[in-house]
Amino acid sequence: MYFITYLISGIGLGSVYALIALGYTMVYGIAKMLNFAHGDIIMIGAYVAFFALSRFNVPAYLAVLLSVVVCIALGITIEKLAYKPLRKAASLSVLITAIGVSYFLENGAQLLWTSSPKMFSSIIKSGALELFDGQLSISYITLLTIATCILIMIALTYFINNTKTGSAMRACSEDKGAASLMGINVNRTISITFAIGSGLAAVAAVLLASTYPSVYPTMGSMPGIKAFTAAVFGGVGSIPGALLGGLLLGVIETLAKGYISTQLSDAIVFAVLIIVLLLKPTGILGKKKSEKV
Amino acid sequence: MSEEILRVEGLGIDFGGLTAVNNLNMTIEKGKIAGLIGPNGAGKTTVFNMLTKVYQPTRGTIYLNGEDITKKTTIEVCKAGIARTFQNIRLFDKLSVIDNVVIGMHNSLEYTTLDGIFKTRKYKKAEKEAYEKAMDLLKIFSLEDDADTPAGSLPYGKQRRLEILRALATNPSLLLLDEPAAGMNPSETKDLMETISKIRDRFDISILLIEHDMKLVMGICEKITVLNYGMVLASGTPEDIQNNPDVIKAYLGGE
Amino acid sequence: MANIKDKIKNIYKKKNSGVMSYTIVIGLYLVMEILMKTGNLTNLIKSLLVPCVCYIIVAVALNLCVGLSGELSLGHAGFMSIGAFTSVVVSGTLEEVITNDILRLVIAVIAAALVASIIGYLVSIPVLKLEGDYLAIVTLAFGQIIKSIIGNIYLGIDEKGFQFSFIEDTTKISENGKMLISGPTGATGISRISTFTAAVVLCIIALIIVYHLINSKDGRAIMAARDNRIASLSVGINVTRTKTLAFVMSVMLAGAAGAIYGLNYSSISPAKFDFNQSILILVYVVLGGLGNINGTIIAATLLYILPEMLRSLADYRMLIYALILIVIMLVTNNDKLKNRINELLRRKKKHE
Repeated sequence: MYFITYLISGIGLGSVYALIALGYTMVYGIAKMLNFAHGDIIMIGAYVAFFALSRFNVPAYLAVLLSVVVCIALGITIEKLAYKPLRKAASLSVLITAIGVSYFLENGAQLLWTSSPKMFSSIIKSGALELFDGQLSISYITLLTIATCILIMIALTYFINNTKTGSAMRACSEDKGAASLMGINVNRTISITFAIGSGLAAVAAVLLASTYPSVYPTMGSMPGIKAFTAAVFGGVGSIPGALLGGLLLGVIETLAKGYISTQLSDAIVFAVLIIVLLLKPTGILGKKKSEKV
Repeated sequence: MSEEILRVEGLGIDFGGLTAVNNLNMTIEKGKIAGLIGPNGAGKTTVFNMLTKVYQPTRGTIYLNGEDITKKTTIEVCKAGIARTFQNIRLFDKLSVIDNVVIGMHNSLEYTTLDGIFKTRKYKKAEKEAYEKAMDLLKIFSLEDDADTPAGSLPYGKQRRLEILRALATNPSLLLLDEPAAGMNPSETKDLMETISKIRDRFDISILLIEHDMKLVMGICEKITVLNYGMVLASGTPEDIQNNPDVIKAYLGGE
Repeated sequence: MANIKDKIKNIYKKKNSGVMSYTIVIGLYLVMEILMKTGNLTNLIKSLLVPCVCYIIVAVALNLCVGLSGELSLGHAGFMSIGAFTSVVVSGTLEEVITNDILRLVIAVIAAALVASIIGYLVSIPVLKLEGDYLAIVTLAFGQIIKSIIGNIYLGIDEKGFQFSFIEDTTKISENGKMLISGPTGATGISRISTFTAAVVLCIIALIIVYHLINSKDGRAIMAARDNRIASLSVGINVTRTKTLAFVMSVMLAGAAGAIYGLNYSSISPAKFDFNQSILILVYVVLGGLGNINGTIIAATLLYILPEMLRSLADYRMLIYALILIVIMLVTNNDKLKNRINELLRRKKKHE
């Protein structure tokens, strides 16, 4: 029974990683950049939800909505100001800029809200679903997290495959030059991608803060790195890959914590990543690109 | 009968389900200049890629100087004596022109990493000789004044010539040239023809070239192989090829 | 013939032998030494000298990997950490055997460089099979693994010899002995034997190694493999060997710098060498210019000292640091601005 409990909480954690990883993967697929500040958008989202809930006592759904709106606005602004001017620059320059943005957000948050963690009250009532005479208990927030992740994945897959904007996004990720020749507004498409990624980050933020109830300026960096790893795990640029990578990462991390050692769980997660990449150099669902000679 | 430098038997390669080249038989005699021609997509560059093991052939055998090199890697093929140029130029753009040539001598420079770090006498001697030899090679195409410009900023025609020099620097016995005259005007092409013949004589090597410029091919090749749809359509002297009805059909289409 | 010899001489002259880099480092050293001797350095600046030089060395080493070899590594702090803890263990163990600080420091640095390069070699076997962003994430992963592992090591020494345990501290060190590494706390009670001079000497050695490598056939092969893999193979360059050489050299120097760094403090914790540290070093390299060693030295110096100089701005300093990073990137990658500057320079030249 322990195993199943671990497994389910692992899937819950993995769902959060998957939501964050989606942001990394979509932005990477289209803008070909690693958005290092993505983890910090989660942090901002968590603070927004925290203040909405605890200071202004708004209902939970409104707090989530507010958080999503703020993160989308932030994501688009960052893209416009910091990344758009570097569209043609070397990828390392963009990476450093993203790191700069990440520092900026973290230190800005520290100035505004101090570095001491704030207690986040869960958006749904605490407690757990007890099954098999209490042998198996699944917290409501885990259930909500998993359900949210599934819903978002379905909606996103539909959006990418069946809408005009979705096909514009796929076209841009294949070839931006050709896409713009076909009349696609590449800049607008990239903005939309950032908006979606940031919105998902806000949802992930609320779920994450509800599960681990503290909010602080650097809270996004570790989940950010993990989700980035998850994206690579599944194959950067692939949406089902992000889901698969996120879930695997969450499960491996939880099982490692439960059965091996809490301190070494990160090392184990990263070791598995390395093994996967050695067997499949472009991630589990990644496409192999071969160079034409 | 003179000796063969290259002998290819039943060479073929499949990409997934697609057969790109099939049952290629070809020989090149020592000291000869041979041509490989054919319409676009006939598989000419693929043949080069198989000879230099950028692609591993699915079938067939490649002999260089009588030695079976089919299972060798790209690096080993280079050491065995095949050097090449590329259709889409592949220079080391950020390095200087002369360094591009000196890199071609990488394996003939006999000093170790530690010799380099301690700048031993062995290192100094080998480096000096290498740069002198490279300067000598640059003179073949009058590139000596560009010696210290970055290769990437050379004009296109000079880049093509530099690539030939880099290949020569590896001290090959067989040189593969992939469209050496691409993008050159008629007078440049004529110069190039003469230089290719000179290179053959001076370095005593054999040359196989892919070219679309028929004047160049017919002018300097002693033997020509025509590929179409990955198979040998015809093979023989320039005269044979010019009068071969199959070749005319493949190039002009129709009856 | 004479003509050709002249031309070659010219080419040799134009080769970057690193004179500028040596001048900068030695110049900085002399200025600092004079200021120190005349009592014009604050304690704050004095305390920054050794770590600053260590970061210069690691940044130069990382430039060998990222700039010259073209392999993005996000895990160099991990190798610095290996170097630091190796040196602490070696120095701590030898404390009573070798009383000469300088000799003990040299041995500790060599040991650190060796251990870092051995681990670097083992890491490079899987890592260098990957390309681009995948390589970056795997080096990141290795950095995290190294941090986790060192943070779980308990190592002590007493009259019975070494005692070691992993994850949980089961060592029972007698009163005469001492703990060398105690898990997440790291190492404490280190005898601080690093000196500014030692750091500068190592920096010069690192520069000599890097410059001599660049100007040898191995260095050319490293850059060739970066510019064009397939062409490198076609001229017989063993690309894997070449990339391994660059990576191992790079982490070896990072390990040696880590040794000087570690022996400069009375205590160090493994958490100090985290992912952000790797990123910080990468920032020095990118801002200084990929493959540009002089730029790396200057960028590392300025950017290391910058947050300290902004100390008067208290809480705002990291915010300003972040803004400076973003602005530098936006400005240096702005084509319009670049053209404008080039235009001005051209006009100035014409004027002359």
